[in-house]
Amino acid sequence: MDTNANANANASAGTGTAVGAGTAVGNGGRSARTLWVVGVVLALVLAGFVSFYASSSPDGLEKVAADHGIDEKAEEHALGNSPLADYRTEDVDDARLSGGLAGVVGVGATLAVGTGVFWLVRRRPAAPAARNASSAPAPAADTRPKV
Amino acid sequence: MHVPDGFIDAPVSVATGVVAAAGVAVALRGSRRELDDRTAPLAGLVAAFVFAAQMLNFPVAAGTSGHLLGGALAAILVGPWTGILCVSVVLLMQAVLFADGGLTALGVNITDMALVTVVVAYGLFRLLVKTLPRTRASVTAASFVAALVSVPASALAFTGFYALGGTTDVPMGTVAGAMVGVHVLIGLGEAAITALTVGAVVAVRPDLVYGARDLVAPLELRTAPAGNGTETKAA
Repeated sequence: MDTNANANANASAGTGTAVGAGTAVGNGGRSARTLWVVGVVLALVLAGFVSFYASSSPDGLEKVAADHGIDEKAEEHALGNSPLADYRTEDVDDARLSGGLAGVVGVGATLAVGTGVFWLVRRRPAAPAARNASSAPAPAADTRPKV
Repeated sequence: MHVPDGFIDAPVSVATGVVAAAGVAVALRGSRRELDDRTAPLAGLVAAFVFAAQMLNFPVAAGTSGHLLGGALAAILVGPWTGILCVSVVLLMQAVLFADGGLTALGVNITDMALVTVVVAYGLFRLLVKTLPRTRASVTAASFVAALVSVPASALAFTGFYALGGTTDVPMGTVAGAMVGVHVLIGLGEAAITALTVGAVVAVRPDLVYGARDLVAPLELRTAPAGNGTETKAA
């Protein structure tokens, strides 16, 4: 974990009022990179590997729909023949690989599109002074219960 | 709970499409306040994580499974407006790339699974966090309850749309009961995953959890070494 390193860097480079545990209120300087990397790896493992072990029973809606005749007029998906339809990769016969690849592609595509949208929408750092001002008047005491 | 094409008739599909588009538009405006250079990549991660988690169907009853919807999780981690966008992006990718959730049903799906879950979950979460003691355990507990309730709420919303524009004639009372019943069970799974994830992030980086912002700031001002530890343990 490099969170301690980050915290120390923050304490010295930041407001200078942080005491001990590095829980300065305005944590603006602390990097979120570690969390991001851990999260992306976890998402890839879940979608690429763990998903193979997921239940293949119908989900709540599918079950209720089948039980009560809601799905009588259900239509085939317009893109039902797309190369990743139903989370299976076309022309990949091995079920584990086929589903895993689809999951990895899905995580990558969602990450790319999501991040793209959020990056465009985000607040630009027009006034960097504002962040310092908000964190300055609140010195941190080390009342944090644990690491 | 992805609605395929053909469940809901054209007028209601169009109407929910308009609702979904309006909701996403408002969320795009609102999310400006939640996103900056540091949180935007995290929001992208949350969308990807929700996508991954939605692939993991867990069994809830004989021959029935469920998966995370993720509205509660996303809203608590990165804020309600951004949370709506996270789930909407996931639903869009699923419909376009994986043929999961109909294209004409995208409005229904975004309304049910992005708008309703986030509004219900985040509203309830704020209420609970304001009521409960300001501890990390409270944030986790509030996440659990908010996520739990959001799933049957979403199921009820679908049932409502089906009552308005369903393509078959079915007894709506029975359907509503069945939908809520099974989705309370799925909600328990949603609650477990949400509380576990929020709890884990709050434990290492509470400053990065949107729903724990209040927790990080005021907690620092109190100096009560004896009471602090027990309070955190108790809840």
